[in-house]
Parts: sequence; structure tokens; C-alpha cells
Amino acid sequence: MEAGTPQVVKLEDLHMPGQLTGRKHILSIQVENKPGVLARVAGLFSRRGFNIDTLAVGPTDDPSVSRITLTLDGAVHPIDQVTKQLHKLVNVLKIRDMAPEETVAREMALFKVSSAVENRAEIIQFAEIFRAKIVDVARRTMTIEVTGSADKIEAFERMVRPHGLVEMVRTGEIAIGRGHD
Amino acid sequence: MRAADTLMESLKAEGVKDVFGIPGGANLPTYDAMVDAEFRHVQVRHEQGGGHAAEGYAQASGRVGVAFATSGPGATNLVTAIADAMMDSVPTVFITGQVRTELIGTDGFQEADILGATLPFVKHSFAVTDPRQIPEYVHEAFHLASTGRPGPVLLDIPMDLSRADIDYQPRTEPVELPGYKPSTEGNIKQIRIAAKALANARRPIFYTGGGVINANASEELRELAGSDRFPVTSTLMGLGGFPASHENFLGMLGMHGTYAANHAMDKADLIVAIGARFDDRITGKLEEFAPHAKVIHIDIDPAEISKNVGAHIPIVGDAKQVLPKLTREYRALQTDTSRLDEWWNTLRGWQQEHPLFYDESSDQSGEIKPQFMIRAMHRATQGDAIITSDVGQHQMWTAQYYGFDKPRRWINSGGLGTMGFGLPSAIGAKVACPDEQVVCIAGDGSLIMNIQEMATCVAEDVPVKVFLMNNGYMGMVRQWQELFWDRRYSSVDMGTSPDWVKLAEAFGAKGMRCEDAADLEEQMVAALEHDGPVLLDARVAREENCYPMIPPGNAARDMVEAPRGSQVS
Ligand SMILES: Cc1ncc(C[n+]2csc(CCOP(=O)(O)OP(=O)(O)O)c2C)c(N)n1
Ligand SMILES: [Mg+2]
Repeated sequence: MEAGTPQVVKLEDLHMPGQLTGRKHILSIQVENKPGVLARVAGLFSRRGFNIDTLAVGPTDDPSVSRITLTLDGAVHPIDQVTKQLHKLVNVLKIRDMAPEETVAREMALFKVSSAVENRAEIIQFAEIFRAKIVDVARRTMTIEVTGSADKIEAFERMVRPHGLVEMVRTGEIAIGRGHD
Repeated sequence: MRAADTLMESLKAEGVKDVFGIPGGANLPTYDAMVDAEFRHVQVRHEQGGGHAAEGYAQASGRVGVAFATSGPGATNLVTAIADAMMDSVPTVFITGQVRTELIGTDGFQEADILGATLPFVKHSFAVTDPRQIPEYVHEAFHLASTGRPGPVLLDIPMDLSRADIDYQPRTEPVELPGYKPSTEGNIKQIRIAAKALANARRPIFYTGGGVINANASEELRELAGSDRFPVTSTLMGLGGFPASHENFLGMLGMHGTYAANHAMDKADLIVAIGARFDDRITGKLEEFAPHAKVIHIDIDPAEISKNVGAHIPIVGDAKQVLPKLTREYRALQTDTSRLDEWWNTLRGWQQEHPLFYDESSDQSGEIKPQFMIRAMHRATQGDAIITSDVGQHQMWTAQYYGFDKPRRWINSGGLGTMGFGLPSAIGAKVACPDEQVVCIAGDGSLIMNIQEMATCVAEDVPVKVFLMNNGYMGMVRQWQELFWDRRYSSVDMGTSPDWVKLAEAFGAKGMRCEDAADLEEQMVAALEHDGPVLLDARVAREENCYPMIPPGNAARDMVEAPRGSQVS
């Protein structure tokens, strides 16, 4: 018969693809820039019991479109079901499940660490290793800005925590597809 | 033109002929404009009634149902109907008034965030922020409600904006929503694979749902099923999508489905799900559901595919477009029909050995058995009425015993299971189809929940017939308490019920009572012949249980039938 369909379809040969991918996914979602859209997306996640690991929202190059970047665990959630549910929201325009190898993903975090005179030098050294920036220095604390993958930020956190982490703020990852030559 | 008048113009442009609702402060401009509108406004007695009436209207006719309410309590009274329409995919538009723009967010008088409250169960919603949006949003709302997988759309209009003066030109171009493009055609390659899988199936079954009715695809389904004696079972919502009297029909499946239908699912090697969503009332214990079957799933909503039960062959599309293609592809394969003989032998065996049954000993005279009541209703209406239902045992018995042969004749609350749905939805159905017989089969627990709509029937001259299956109990809950909670009855006895005959009369309707099976059919005929609304209070056996039943959390093959001792034949 026509190309593309097998001659015979035996039932025992029919298989179902697995639902869980077992890895972290970054979904880049373009939505209409209208009031209430974030509530619709967030509400969908809580209602269906999908757990978001991080969420970042911001404008795009088109003022009528905003971008929501969120990360979630494909070992727990069937990503296909998540994206299909998201697509049902009328204000959702486009969803990309970013392939890790073709994606540049970045997150920024601010760390306020206690910096007694004894460990100040060490913290500055950590910052240098991580190519982080010291953005504020006070008598008892120092604030450091780190940009990178979520892994890098978590590694930095592990380094400074023993020295007294006063506060940490993370943006959640944003991502963009790599350019092609 | 005043924005509220453009609302009426836009509704007219959408072909609206009837709407339901109640006015209030925040939608005064709308109701002022309504005075000159060319469509009928049915003044219901409670906004929930208006919402369910809109649903019944839509389900009976296939046209979008419309309900209005004012802000605050008016809007929150609609919430149950909106959730109900979402669960059962009913094309509806709900138009609420909102407080004046400058009051929004201040907890102003009768302010409620209805958009926020209904967010989890609307197909979409619009908050008007500029009066010029009104005509545009109306068209978008109708487009969304009625296309793809249908559902409820909410339009919330602040009072000041509906009073504003705007330029109005009738809209001519079709609605374009960049984030909304339902795929309807079905991937032809997938359809071919499905046809070939069907050709190799030895124990196939079609499992059809409300999607068939929404898609108006009954004819197409019959063609496909008839192309090779495929057995068909239907969900509660799908009844009438395939004729109950057709020889291929196995009856309803699921918690109160037939033995044959449930065992066919259990033993099938191929399930073709069409516009059905593998709800827990169908699957029972999910891990043990249809253990031998591969699944072809045809649905307009891609998110339903592999949501609960994985599909081996997913086909996203409108059943009306997909089914004829599947029939064509299947016919082209010219398969050998006799390969289904063995399967049909099994199925016929199950049908013969395990039919629906009840104790018929009092059917000639004496105690009215609920099942007999449904059979009497079938005879009295020649099986051809639009039947709306409340929620409970009476609903399940109707689904089992009425035998719906046509689509849009069975209107009930399947997904949400809303008691009190029957009477208002009957009003909607009767307004939509004035030439049809419309009967509400009611439960005594349910009917009282929206009994105020009897007043609507009388005042608005909507002659629906309410056949009350009066068992003096919230019977379905009683049944569960009897079977699964050691017969510890807790708040299920209705105690001193109202005198339903007098109650009907107090509303200005006709009230009737029947206590003997011998008189029932005759009384039903009399009720149907009376030219006005009637409430017929039929006193039925109080503690009858609805069987067969798959106990909650069990697999289909563990279904329980009525105790044989009660069978007399
Ligand atoms: C609004 C609402 N409240 C509670 C329930 C739970 N419920 C399901 S069936 C039922 C009893 C219905 O009683 P009745 O209308 O008399 O029907 P019967 O089962 O006796 O035929 C109840 C309380 C429900 N489905 N809907
Ligand atoms: Mg009852």
C-alpha cells in the first residue's frame, strides 16, 4: 500500500512509548502578554499535581508575547501530558521542550554570606573560581552574584554554606536554543 | 452604540435564540438592552438553574447554551453549572456582570472574583477591560465554546463598561485565535495503521463516549461498526450515540455497566476508544483494566490520549471526520468476517447468562420497582423522549433500562454528578426543542435541590414532565452504606418529605401520585398528555439496589450482580 504504513499490523507488535523520560526538562513557553495568564499556567500545574522546580517569567522581543521558562522532573511527570495540558490554555502560543544538548540555560543567584575577617579572603577566592561577582560589601556580610547552570549555582551554594549563608535568592533557569551555523 | 446593546447584537449575530438568567445590580445595563433583544430570555429562579438550563439546551440541540448572572452571589451561583459543563464538555457561554471598574479589587458590594474562582474549570474566560472588547469577546467565546472539545466560556463584564458608548460594526471575518487550533482531520497514516490493527483483531470492542454525540458522529459510528459486526459499548455520556437496540450493542460499561460490556473490555485484544476518556468509573482499578488490550484512541482533545490509559495508536481528530476515513480504510482491506465468530459466541453467551435483571414479581400490580418504572417510562414515551436526569440510582437505572436509540435524547450530569441537574436541564431541553417530549427522571434527594425551577416551568410556560422516582432515600448513598459501610445508614433517609403533589400544585403545576405498578404507565401517559408542567410522584421500592456494580477500586471482572435469589422467572 502507500508508503509509511506497514503491510500488516499485528497487535502483538504494537508498543507504547514510555511516558517518563527520567531527566530534567526545561519548557520554554510563549504566552500572550495578557492579564491572568500566569495564574492560568500556575493553576494548571497545581490542579493537575505537576510540580514545577523553577519558574521564570519575562518579556520577549515581541511586546505582545511573554515567555515562561520552567523546569520540571521528567522522572516524576509525563512531560507529554504536561505540554498537552498547557497547550489547551488558549493564551499559550508555543511550547518548546528544550533539548539539553541544543540549549544554553542560565540562572542567576544572589548569595548573602556572613564575612567575618577570617574567611573573607576565602569567600573572595570562591567567587573568583566560580567567576562570580561581589556586588555588595557590608561590615558583616558580602553579597555575591553567580550566573550559570543550576548545577553551578548549587555547587557554589555548597561551597559557601559552611561559612554562613545568610540568604539566597535564585531566579530560576532561563534558556535559549543554540544557534546553528 | 451602548456596549450592552452591542452585546445583544453580537449574540444575535451568533444565532442565539434563547438565553437563561437572572438580573441584578451589576448587569442592569445588560438587562436593559435585553428588553429590545430579539431572542427569548427565560427568567429562571436560581442562577444554578439557569446554568443547567443552558447546559440542557446545548445538549439537546447542539447549539451553544447561554446563561446570565449578576456579579457576586449571582456569579457564584453559576459555579456548579460551569464546573458541570466543563466535565461533560458542554458548549456554553456564561455572561456575568461585574462591579464597576474602579471598585474591582476593593471588596466592593457584590464583588466576587468569578474569573479567579472558575479558572480551574472553564475552557477559557474573558474579563472585559475595554467596552470595545465586548463584541470581539462574544464571538471568540462562542467559537471556543463550540469548536474543538466543547466547554464553558465565561465572559465577565464590569457594569460601567457595559454602559459605555462605542462604535459597533458587525463582525464579518472568522475568529482567529493564535493559541487555539484544534486538529480535526486525524492523521491518515495513523488511521491506516488503526484499520490494519482492526483487521487483525480477534476480540475487538468499540468503547464510545460523549465525544461521539458532541461530534454529531452517530451515523459515522454506525457505519464503522457495521462494516464488520464490531461490538459496541458506551459510557454513560455516550448513550444514544449508538442505537441501544442495535444487535452490536452490548449496553453501557463501567461501574453499573452490563456484564457483557465489562467482560468484553476485560477480554478484548483491541479497544477502540472514540470520544471517551477512560474515567475511573469506566476503568475501575486502573492496573487491572483491560489487561489484554491494545488501544486505539480517537479524540479531539490530544490531552485525553494516554492521560489515564496509554494509547498504542493515538488519533487526534473530530470523530465525524476520522470515522469515515477509518471505515473506508478498513473496508479496503476486505477482511474475513468469520474471524469474529468466536468472539461473538462468547459475547452472546455472556448476554444470555448475565442479562440485567430484577425481581419482576410485582410488575403487574403492587410495589413499583425502580427498574419497572424506567421500562414504563420507555413505553409511555415510545422510547423517543428527551430524558434528563438527576444523580443517583434513578440515573443509573435509566441508563441501563431506557435504551436510548438516538443521540441527544439522554441528558445527564456524568462527570460532576450534580444532584439537582435534572429539572433545570429539562427546561433548557424543552426550550431548545419545544416539539419534543421532555421528561426529567428525578430523585427525591436531587429534585429538592433545584425545585424552585418548577416556578420557571409555570411562569415561562415550559411544560416539562417530572417523573419522580421517590424512594424516600438518597438511594445511591444508602446503597453504598449498605454494601460497603455495614449498613450503618448515616443521613440518607429523607425523613418527612414534602407532599410533592401539593408542592407541584402550589407552584401552579399539576401534581400526581402513583403507588401501584398497575397504574404507572397509564399515569405517565396522562402526565405526558397534560398540556403543562407535571410532577408525578411515583413511590418505588425503598431499598432496591442498583446492579450490576463494580465495587469501587475493583477490576471489571470482579463485578457484582444482583443476588440471584431475587430473580423470579
Ligand atoms: C450536589 C450533590 N451533593 C451530593 C451528592 C452525593 N450523592 C450522590 S447520589 C446521592 C443521592 C441522590 O438521591 P436521590 O436524588 O434521591 O436519588 P436516588 O439515588 O435515591 O435515586 C447523593 C447525596 C451529589 N452527587 N451531588
Ligand atoms: Mg431517592
